[in-house]
Amino acid sequence: MEKKWEELTPDEKQEALFNRWLSPKDPQGNDLKFQSPQTEKAYKERLARIKDAIQMKKLPDRVPVFVAPSFFPVYYAGITPKESMYDYDKCCMAFKKFVIDFEPDGNLGAYVPGPGKFFDTLDYKLYSWPGHGVAPEQSYQCNEGEYMKADEYDALIDDPSNFFSNIYLPRVFGALEGFKMLPMLPGILEIYGVAVNFIPFGLPPVQATYKALFEAGAEALKWIGAMGAWNAEITAAGFPIIAAGFTKAPFDVIGDTLRGTRSIMLDMYRQPDKLLEAMDRLTPLMIKMGVGTAQMAGHPLMFMPLHKGADGFLSDEQFKKFYWPTFRKVMMGLIAEGAVPMPAAEGHWTTRLEVVQDLPKGKTLWMIDQSDMVKAKKTLGKVACLFGNVPSDLLVVGTPQQVKDYVKNLIDTAGKGGGFIVSNGAFFDQAKAENVHAMVDTTKEYGVYK
Amino acid sequence: MAKDLVNALANLKEEEALKIVKDGLGAGEEPLKILDDAKKGMEIVGKRFADSQYFIPDLVYSGEILKEITELVKPKLTAAAETKRLGKVVLGTVAGDIHDIGKDIVVFMLDVNGFEVYDLGVDVPAQKFIDKIKESGAPIVGLSGFLTLAFDSMKETVEAIKAAGLRDKVKVMIGGGQITEEIKKYTGADAYGNNAMAGVTLAKKWIGA
Repeated sequence: MEKKWEELTPDEKQEALFNRWLSPKDPQGNDLKFQSPQTEKAYKERLARIKDAIQMKKLPDRVPVFVAPSFFPVYYAGITPKESMYDYDKCCMAFKKFVIDFEPDGNLGAYVPGPGKFFDTLDYKLYSWPGHGVAPEQSYQCNEGEYMKADEYDALIDDPSNFFSNIYLPRVFGALEGFKMLPMLPGILEIYGVAVNFIPFGLPPVQATYKALFEAGAEALKWIGAMGAWNAEITAAGFPIIAAGFTKAPFDVIGDTLRGTRSIMLDMYRQPDKLLEAMDRLTPLMIKMGVGTAQMAGHPLMFMPLHKGADGFLSDEQFKKFYWPTFRKVMMGLIAEGAVPMPAAEGHWTTRLEVVQDLPKGKTLWMIDQSDMVKAKKTLGKVACLFGNVPSDLLVVGTPQQVKDYVKNLIDTAGKGGGFIVSNGAFFDQAKAENVHAMVDTTKEYGVYK
Repeated sequence: MAKDLVNALANLKEEEALKIVKDGLGAGEEPLKILDDAKKGMEIVGKRFADSQYFIPDLVYSGEILKEITELVKPKLTAAAETKRLGKVVLGTVAGDIHDIGKDIVVFMLDVNGFEVYDLGVDVPAQKFIDKIKESGAPIVGLSGFLTLAFDSMKETVEAIKAAGLRDKVKVMIGGGQITEEIKKYTGADAYGNNAMAGVTLAKKWIGA
């Protein structure tokens, strides 16, 4: 008899999620029909290659290659970022052309642009996007700010959900102003006075907020429909999509979009205990977010963009005290449920490598940007599959020959013994197409394990 | 006493530093003298950052303490503080890019190392750089950028400076997360730095300090 999910070991859970990824479903939930037996074979071969690299149990047939861009597919297809955000057909066309033309073993889907109309409807303040704060031909960028004030740690710690709904969301979405008036839900208890809790829903600002939410929800649904169809089409053509969703390190949750870089740095000196307590409070929520998505999507890989932990952003001591413990807990929580955390260590992480290698083997997949690859392979690379390190500047201004030489050297250095995937090191907007081709093609030719 | 403030600030002792300033002002100490001590403290912070003893949070925190000290002292100031500056630098994040953390650190380090910095902010069009170079007569320009799209913006800015007839009057340095020697060549800049201290070293070299 098949074991229940709770009875499985973490290893078995990971295997089960890999198996679900290997047997993809269409948007209706039926077994996906591949375009041809050849594309099905190609899909399974690519996935086996990726899985072997991640698990580090046996050598893959060759070094896999990912291409993980930001807006590059959009420029490559000759449309603007603005068009890609407001016209889902154009967005899907661009990302499809990108995957079909470059044939990477793994791609990140067509999620980067996101639904422009949705952001308009909710008056999203956290970002400037093309046509809305930045020019139509540029990518969206974050507007850092103090969206959580220095004296609001207690509110976050006491009740994170309430803090988000009533305080944080109205600050980052102009149209959610009405959420400030939402009732405290645990106050809804018995017939006596129960209706009082619902008074806010009769008030015009709250009703206006809900009207905006219905519109935004409909748009989100339209967008995810387009993404689902894209995923099915690209998978059917034989190309695995390498991340099912995302979660974050608690320090980044607070430092990126709640307190902001400057403020969280001050908090480390002025109210370290509150900061630590808040991160502890967020840890199980970040685990739940990642595990939930992995379960729903039937896919083990859970992307974790890392920001404030890079070299120089914290001292060694601060990294060990504030960043690493809860980041590690989130990863271990995901691993326990069979998911594979996929942290992206953008920028330089060379001084962190010895600390972050304290992980079980074959359970994580790290994107490495400009860290010292020799050191990375000797430390973190002993327990985790690494991908990345092909530099952005090389892809933009280099020549195909330079890219080829770089990739060969990278395979010699980091590819030895498996546990490595060639990829760009940072999410990029610009690149010469011939350089991206050179990265993929060199890996396929030179990366074969003998 | 004087040494206390220098050390308190250099060692990031916020409460202690503020108490010294308040007590000093209460006892009738010369406000300019207090600011001078604060400046000395910040120089030590800058030096420790350059030596990798301090990191970005330490810079941010020291800047915050300095701001508080300045606010305490300001009402007592009768004459404007006279500071001798090494030279002028025009600095900003190039058009299309709104990232400011890296730029702010370079501004900070140039400032504590004695430069007069004209910080033009983020998403700065080429013309704004040109106007400020003309107005200030600054011999050094710093272009910051985090995104790959900044490579082209930097290139265009350098070309615009050239077209305005100013290229031989200024030295241009560039910096940002993905900036390398190759990008320096591509943009036509004179040099690049991969950390804030490299920017200070370049600026000092260029003005012959």
